[in-house]
Amino acid sequence: MAADLASTLADLKEAEVLKIVKDRLGAGEEPLKILDDARRGMEVVGKRFADSEYFIPDLVYSGEILKVVTDLVKPKLTKEVGTKKLGKVVFGTVAGDIHDIGKDIVVFMLDVNGFEVYDLGVDVPAQKFVDKIKESGAPIVGLSGFLTLAFDSMKETVEAMKAAGLRDKVKVMIGGGQITDEVRKYTGADAFGKDAMAGVALAKKWIGAG
Amino acid sequence: MAKEWADMTSDEKQEAFFAKWMAPKDPEGKDLKFQSPEAEKEFKARITRIKDAVQMKKLPDRVPVFVAPSFFPAYHAGITPQEAMYDYEKCMKAFKDFVVEFKPDGNLGAAVPGPGKLFEILDYKLYSWPGHGVAPEQSYQANEGEYMKPDEYDALIDDPSNFFSNTYLPRVFGKLDGFGMLPALTGILEMYGVAFNFIPFGLPPVQATYKALFEAGAEALKWAGAIGAFNADITSAGFPLMASGFTKAPFDVVGDTLRGTRGVMLDMYRQPDKLLEALERLTPIMIKMGVGTAQMSGHPVIFIPLHKGADGFLSDAQFKKFYWPTFRKVMLGLIDEGVVPMPAAEGHWTTRMEVMSDLPKGKTLWMIDQSDMAKTKKTLGKVACLFGNVPSDLLTIGTPQQVKDYVKNLIDTCAPGGGYVVSNGAFFDQAKAENVHAMVDTAMEYGKVYK
Repeated sequence: MAADLASTLADLKEAEVLKIVKDRLGAGEEPLKILDDARRGMEVVGKRFADSEYFIPDLVYSGEILKVVTDLVKPKLTKEVGTKKLGKVVFGTVAGDIHDIGKDIVVFMLDVNGFEVYDLGVDVPAQKFVDKIKESGAPIVGLSGFLTLAFDSMKETVEAMKAAGLRDKVKVMIGGGQITDEVRKYTGADAFGKDAMAGVALAKKWIGAG
Repeated sequence: MAKEWADMTSDEKQEAFFAKWMAPKDPEGKDLKFQSPEAEKEFKARITRIKDAVQMKKLPDRVPVFVAPSFFPAYHAGITPQEAMYDYEKCMKAFKDFVVEFKPDGNLGAAVPGPGKLFEILDYKLYSWPGHGVAPEQSYQANEGEYMKPDEYDALIDDPSNFFSNTYLPRVFGKLDGFGMLPALTGILEMYGVAFNFIPFGLPPVQATYKALFEAGAEALKWAGAIGAFNADITSAGFPLMASGFTKAPFDVVGDTLRGTRGVMLDMYRQPDKLLEALERLTPIMIKMGVGTAQMSGHPVIFIPLHKGADGFLSDAQFKKFYWPTFRKVMLGLIDEGVVPMPAAEGHWTTRMEVMSDLPKGKTLWMIDQSDMAKTKKTLGKVACLFGNVPSDLLTIGTPQQVKDYVKNLIDTCAPGGGYVVSNGAFFDQAKAENVHAMVDTAMEYGKVYK
């Protein structure tokens, strides 16, 4: 029997993963099933990261392997992938700050934990957050920032949500290099997370899935 | 007769460096004239304090204090980072006023903002700066990218200088495109090899690149004049610079500058041997860079900003295999020549402290940001002088009383036995001035008594 795709991906064995995927596609297997196995593998990666067994390079590498897998499988897909999501999250690095490593890790962890994440990128103006919250109806917002200047941008973003009448419809979490509970109070956010796992735990708690 | 440099031990070289630092020269090479006998006395007292903290042989007369900001002096003076980068006069005044107001034992000088016009002339892409990708009132930020492709390790290892000039520099400076057409200068041999190699210098793109270089050089000189005058000015007023230049851990050269975070992380899995070979190749270059600057300036301290080795950025095994060995070699290379490495461990590095304490005692000066100070004192702090840990959020939105309490606690934790300097932990932009004062004042008052 062929090696299990989910566990091979979880163990970051790139060459073996690609061989399994090619063999299964060659045997005419349903592409969606392959993608679903890959998704289960990524869940394990997320778990290992949460347990401090894996570190950032392992996340980056697993994401890279998944990309190669997806590129192989996509041309064979006949129907849309429709996995059920836990809930929606709007995420971005606040205005004036272009740091993305921390944000990307939290987005990755939310994604493998079943959230639908709208990643607005870096240097995101307050209005763009407001527009996306309105459009998506997401009940959770994540604000990321690395610089001290991000404190004020976060505060302004939370205030913009208030002015747009959205503040009581969303829960706001903040995070980043210099973020503490003092900064959380200053910005008016609901919570701060010291790392990606804390962000996932907060999101789960807020949608009642934790 | 004084011993020749080559015959000195590293201890003697370090002593000689500190002695040089205490006898500064003016831009003409003559003994610098201090503004007053008091300023001279203060200058020497400050360096002695730093020296005692670094060497860990005896306690300093009080716990020294550094203030190591990023753009804080500009904000504090009411000018934008954009003004600080484009108006050298305003910049020098802001940074001088900052030093004179806060009176730290060590300061970072005024080179942090850098010359905006120079970056513009060269069309620098590695950073976004005020007015070029970020707003005028914000500090510059790096644009990471894969400036070296995954299949270019051999080219880097084979000839790092040539890789930088012909491949890397044209990618990060729009105006240095012409460098890509240059020959390898080692090909200029004998009569018959000369003329062929000069053909590229006649081509319009190469000539355009040289034109930009001349312009950039003129601008750099203008800026250097302002910086030189600033340094002489604050030195003669009694305030020592913390460092004279910088070098980097080889892993960060690859991870920050060449391959980017994502690139270097993938390389650890996909081509670990090439990565290791490149790190070794870069090691002597990084040593030379630090030693050269220190010797030129007569100042022993060389700054090493640390990035990709922080907690979580690598596993323990990866840190020990890829980050630490060549970083340690760079530090030992500097120490051999009497130079004092000043690594800045921004973020969290608590899990690395045990490994990083494998260093000779009394030779290094570490900026610590959010690592656990009690643990750090018991590991790295046994062999190295530590400074930092006053948090950015406290300086930005805390109260003077909170800062005072925090600093007192830090002194109680870290000062016993010496080897500690009060300081902020991360290079900060925003802060309340009264909080920065509270940090300095507490060090000066409470730091007099060693427990």
